[in-house]
Amino acid sequence: MLLNALLLALGEIRRNLMRSFLTLLGIVIGVAAVITMVTLGNGATRMVAEQISSLGSNLILLRPGQRLGPGRGSLGAPSFKKEDVEAIRSQISGVQEVAPSVAIGATLVAGNNNWTSSINGTSNAYLSTGNWQLEAGRGFLEEEERAGKSVCILGDTVRQELFGNHSPLGDAVRVKGFSCQIIGLLAAKGQGAMGMNQDDLVLMPLKTVQRRLSGNQDISTILIGLRDGVEASSAMQRIRSLMRERRKLDEKEDDDFNMMDTRQIAATLSGTISTMTGLLGAVAAVSLLVGGIGIMNIMLVSVTERTREIGIRLAIGALEHEVLLQFLIEAVVLSAIGGLLGILLALAACVGLASLMGLPFLFDPAINLMAFGFSASIGVIFGFMPARRAAQLDPIEALRHE
Amino acid sequence: MSTRSIAGTGSIAGAGSLSESATPLIQLRGVSKTYGQGQAAFLALKGVDLSIDRGDFVAIMGPSGSGKSTAMNILGCLDRPSAGEYLFQGIPVQLLERNQRALLRRYTMGFVFQGFNLLPRTSALENVELPLLYRGVAARQRHVAARAALERVGLTGWESHSPAELSGGQLQRVAIARAIVSQPLMLLADEPTGNLDTQRSHEVMELLAELNQDQGISVIMVTHEAEMAAHARRIVHFRDGQVARDEIKEPAPCC
Repeated sequence: MLLNALLLALGEIRRNLMRSFLTLLGIVIGVAAVITMVTLGNGATRMVAEQISSLGSNLILLRPGQRLGPGRGSLGAPSFKKEDVEAIRSQISGVQEVAPSVAIGATLVAGNNNWTSSINGTSNAYLSTGNWQLEAGRGFLEEEERAGKSVCILGDTVRQELFGNHSPLGDAVRVKGFSCQIIGLLAAKGQGAMGMNQDDLVLMPLKTVQRRLSGNQDISTILIGLRDGVEASSAMQRIRSLMRERRKLDEKEDDDFNMMDTRQIAATLSGTISTMTGLLGAVAAVSLLVGGIGIMNIMLVSVTERTREIGIRLAIGALEHEVLLQFLIEAVVLSAIGGLLGILLALAACVGLASLMGLPFLFDPAINLMAFGFSASIGVIFGFMPARRAAQLDPIEALRHE
Repeated sequence: MSTRSIAGTGSIAGAGSLSESATPLIQLRGVSKTYGQGQAAFLALKGVDLSIDRGDFVAIMGPSGSGKSTAMNILGCLDRPSAGEYLFQGIPVQLLERNQRALLRRYTMGFVFQGFNLLPRTSALENVELPLLYRGVAARQRHVAARAALERVGLTGWESHSPAELSGGQLQRVAIARAIVSQPLMLLADEPTGNLDTQRSHEVMELLAELNQDQGISVIMVTHEAEMAAHARRIVHFRDGQVARDEIKEPAPCC
């Protein structure tokens, strides 16, 4: 009986191939959208996690201001000074390296090329805390850092923009009226966790930047690399009390600085991305629902169009539940085929988009199964009403229907 | 009222024993049919008494509005009488539920309609197989039976054609093949020649007469053409919801 109904349904779908295809298109797109969104979202989450661990997993960023955020973070709160860096290095246990950082946007000129990048005033410690490798050349000498010499290390993007493929070691670039000797080149890191280009930067000794570019003694960020096995939260606690003391905050005052460790950044970003993934998945699910309504619409049209056929079946002796089952199975088969095609489409789209966006492709059987099950149950839900209408037709009326 | 149980419907199909022949195939006792309610109520049948024997070939005639189609729907168990009794092989049809009547139709009746009513975009063979599908007959047996039925109506070679590729006469023969493929006790034909020219009409009538003669299928046919009714053994004239005249030209070949 069930097999018969299945054969009937397949026969009917085959007889109306074009209409059937258009009907299930809604489901195909819905299922494909849900799966693609979720799969790409998972890929993005995974990628962010990997990139953040490439930053160096035991890194704390210390910034002035109460909250991490572009532009407003340091408003009103005093910047750090060189002495703060020294204090952290010498007084906090478990600290491996401390690097100061002050970043200034500036245009670099070399020959006929110019490029605007971020000039980062820092020390050699920046290389190890930021997990940077030198492709060629050397880091800063202690004497260069102390004296604020005009030397710089170029990020990969800056090197390519200014010098193309040839190695500029020993050459000079001009920055705001002074000339700066290139002593090192950074190995490329690729796109960062937030989508920015990590390689678009120039490193100079802190003192050089303060004296020649920023014109003050401020340090905007302190990067603190912890020793392996040191608990980030307890180190942060120690840094916090030290900084409160140094900044003379009394007990009622809030911190006027903030800290983030890379793990926390990773968690925040992954959280954001999975929220986005959920949101996009929900939007895609709505399109799946719309696809279901499309199926109901077509099934209702189909019932009206086939009233006479239903009349024939009923007259010949089909029982109500047999007609109901026939139309219900037709709807379920339609939406299930739509679901399968949707999965295939999603697979193709995921592979294509993942490679286009540079995301890893993570096949998630659960979401595929879920989308398929959902599409099939949409067939049941939205097919039921038309099917019941068909089953309850009066055979005499139905046979007379034109 | 009959004591036969409705649960016996399944076995009626093959029933042809002598004990059955004592009961007429069809007995209408004071059957009335009302459409609508209250002021708008319309009495389509007014206490019809009619008895039809197994193996008979009955033509039902009458002007439009005479109640002949209503009577046909009741005889075909598509509808129930509002009052009175309809005994089909002794089964009180007026007491049966919709699905029970469907089962009765499935196992005992074949239908031929004026408008052919074949499934579109479906081959002649598949159309003919349809009643067997609902009887749960296996595919191979369905094919064999449907081919035989098509052969019986002279359509060998047309099995794979869809209705759109067949002429009116052929369509009606496919419909007849569909009606007889399940070897019904009774074949109900509602204006079977209404859409056909005279020559095709006579061919169809001869086919029905042959089926009645050779296979003993009882045939009940509604028509308004006296020429077609002349093929039947018995002509029942309806007028104003009642039987006006009952012409028995030739008795049913009973026993």
